[in-house]
Amino acid sequence: MNKIKNIKWKNYINYIVIGLLTVVFAALSMFGGLKTSTAYLLEEIAIKIILAVSLSLVVGFLGELSLGHAGFMCVGAYLGGKVAALLVAPLGNGFLTLIISLLVGGACAGLCGFLIGLPALRLRGDYLAITTLAFGEIVRTIFQNTSAETFGGPIGLPTPRFEAKYFYVICFATVLITLFVVQNLIRSKHGRAIKAIRDNEIAARATGINITGYKLLGFVLSAVFAGIAGVLYSYTKFNVSSQIFDYNYSIEILVIVVLGGMGNINGSMIAAVLVTFLNRYLANVLTGNLAVLKDLIYALVLIVIVIYNNAPKLKSFREKYNIKALTDKLKRKKATEADGKEEV
Amino acid sequence: MADNVTRETVLKTDHLCIQFGGLKAVNDVNLEIKQGELYGLIGPNGAGKTTVFNILTGVYKPTSGRVYLCGEDITGKTPIEVNKKGIARTFQNIRLFGNLTVLENVMVGLANQIPCSVFESVFRLPRHKKSEREAKERAMELLRVFGLAEFADYLASNLPYGKQRKLEIARAMATAPKLLLLDEPAAGMNPNETQELMDDITFIRERFGITILLIEHDMRLVSGICEKLTVLNFGTELAVGDTAEVLNDAEVIKAYIGE
Amino acid sequence: MEFLTTFVNGLSLGGIYAMIALGYTMVYGIAKMLNFAHGDIIMVGGYTILLFLAVNPIVAIVASMIFCMLLGIVIEKVAYKPLRGASPLAVLITAIGVSYLLQSISQMIFGSAPKFIVIAELGILKIGGLSIGYSTIITLACSLVVMIALSLFVKFSKTGRAMVAVSEDKGAAQLMGINVNNIIMITFAIGSALAALASVFFLLKAPTMSPTFGSLPGIKAFTAAVIGGIGSIPGAMLGGILLGVIECFAQSVPVISPYTDAIEFSILIILLLVKPSGLLGKKRREKV
Repeated sequence: MNKIKNIKWKNYINYIVIGLLTVVFAALSMFGGLKTSTAYLLEEIAIKIILAVSLSLVVGFLGELSLGHAGFMCVGAYLGGKVAALLVAPLGNGFLTLIISLLVGGACAGLCGFLIGLPALRLRGDYLAITTLAFGEIVRTIFQNTSAETFGGPIGLPTPRFEAKYFYVICFATVLITLFVVQNLIRSKHGRAIKAIRDNEIAARATGINITGYKLLGFVLSAVFAGIAGVLYSYTKFNVSSQIFDYNYSIEILVIVVLGGMGNINGSMIAAVLVTFLNRYLANVLTGNLAVLKDLIYALVLIVIVIYNNAPKLKSFREKYNIKALTDKLKRKKATEADGKEEV
Repeated sequence: MADNVTRETVLKTDHLCIQFGGLKAVNDVNLEIKQGELYGLIGPNGAGKTTVFNILTGVYKPTSGRVYLCGEDITGKTPIEVNKKGIARTFQNIRLFGNLTVLENVMVGLANQIPCSVFESVFRLPRHKKSEREAKERAMELLRVFGLAEFADYLASNLPYGKQRKLEIARAMATAPKLLLLDEPAAGMNPNETQELMDDITFIRERFGITILLIEHDMRLVSGICEKLTVLNFGTELAVGDTAEVLNDAEVIKAYIGE
Repeated sequence: MEFLTTFVNGLSLGGIYAMIALGYTMVYGIAKMLNFAHGDIIMVGGYTILLFLAVNPIVAIVASMIFCMLLGIVIEKVAYKPLRGASPLAVLITAIGVSYLLQSISQMIFGSAPKFIVIAELGILKIGGLSIGYSTIITLACSLVVMIALSLFVKFSKTGRAMVAVSEDKGAAQLMGINVNNIIMITFAIGSALAALASVFFLLKAPTMSPTFGSLPGIKAFTAAVIGGIGSIPGAMLGGILLGVIECFAQSVPVISPYTDAIEFSILIILLLVKPSGLLGKKRREKV
């Protein structure tokens, strides 16, 4: 039997790491700055982390599958980007414009999440998967068919960029905010309720937990942050095109969450960094027809990890050979060395 | 029990019926359970006992008839509302939150007792800390009552079977019910565990002054702790009354053992 | 007249959707899972036809159906069977992985550019003002035959009745001596063969095939299955035909035609809000 231990500093390690990184990057940009490509990579990583952490809230903690995360991001990117484009003239392209567009993008995505979640979350999980998928496609179709003056239609929406070069610092600060909200929610009585629903919905209902309320809360919050990621994304590009936010993009974020371990926020974050690096690296190595190898690898990784982690027949195998068991073993060894009396 | 007359009625069902297609799973069941009573609902397999539980807790809506809790009509309310009104239950096949710790399972049950909004939690306002501390203390207290305190940090799914049953009762008690429904609490237990369970049930009744309705097949448990019984057979009431009387009833014996 | 043409075209497209939706609904009924890779089987079917087209169109169609049947069985055995009894979320994610895998493998073999696959050049039938492609008529006729045959198979054959039994109660069916594994395998095989057949009709309509071709008709057919009531065979047929007709009419109006997909998916979302069990679906009672 595994005893779950709470170590205090461990709870905050991800804040510390991201916070330190932000400070380091900020310092670097003050003394000479980063190469544009590096800065862009950092922005990309930060956006992926926000997407992964927010999707993890739905998939890992709520236990529901959303295949429309890119759709929510799309709503944020277009509406936030549009607001920013409109505000640049009166307010300039500084913080005020950015914050307003972030709020608008996040709120619109959240509203979409509410409208989609309300019917679908009351039903079996598969319905949410298909509804969110459908939602992603609807959003894409709508933005693709807008006129040139409104949202740019097939050419895409021209968006402003931030006035200063340290936009990646802002992206990482947003990661911190995302983490703060998601993590604090998960580590509260509301987070416990959400996990309880995932573990056993019938028992949760009999225990008086507001199932629909909590499901909506998790789902809408996840959509809000996807929208915010979308706004950030629109700032990193000169032009937002709806083609980017397709089904494959949603799947890529899902791969990150599964790779990081369901219900493991730090894992999702590490996986987000890894996948973004890997994308960049593989894009250089695999050119032409080989480019598809990347997708092939993602697909295989997804299948193998899920089967390994969930197959009922592999249960005993899993318990013997996994990272946690191995590290636990090491810890126990250390613990017994340090304190002979501790009971195991 | 002479003082029954003066005691308040906690649960009353009025001509409860439910029909699935052509099958009358529950037919004209009239329960009346007084404050502090330990009441048994027994009957052969398929007699409709769990269905009665499901109607009482709002999982099913009765085709006809009413359910009253402390005089209030709670017929047709959702399971969540029913729980908030004061009925908590356990399940025949244990339903715990397997990936939460034992302590957290009970804390989930306490959620509606200790208010704290999402906003307060996310921004870690003072009430969050206070409510978490209070929840933890009260949950530990409950765990101590059920002898589970030392397992507080274990994952619920890693508990041995008997302890899982107890945890389920502890979680139900955490919602501060007026009436506790236990669905075959002794199922799968050995005689020692059953004895322990019987002690626990009578103990919590004394300690919390709660009313308990239980479904059970283990006759030793039923005759040992239940004061009154209703026997169901094919969805209808076969006998109602004091335990000793009912268990000696010829009809009841026939239903269980056959002619 | 134009109205009638659109209607017939809609029926024919609906026939194809119904054929795919049948695969979804049968697998959902029996394995209680949403087989996300089902749409991609259509795509694999199309490419298999390309490989054998040089031999003979009929041979190519048969070969494609057989190959897809085998593929369906292999996918079930390798990816889904190990997860039987695991959480629905895990199965769903694996199915998405399989879908993604099929797409990337096809892209590696055939490239991402669409390929022309002309099975047959069929003319257009003109009666009065009505002009309907022969492919439309063939599609309509074939899908009717398939639907009737499948209904009869499920109703009267021993295997078909075993399928119904498994979808009602897996455990009880097993106790009655039904080999549940075999039934699940047969379901996947039939569903995949129907998907391959659907690809034939898609190719008759428009003779191109690309690695991601299957996703959209796949999702639409699933939508059709949900509209009809998932798990219900007549429901899948009704839902498919309804969706096909709606699609053709939406496309015939210039103002709304770009939003056709959006309209279809909106119908799904609205239906889930109003009648989650679908038009012909049964309401399932949750076991407590």
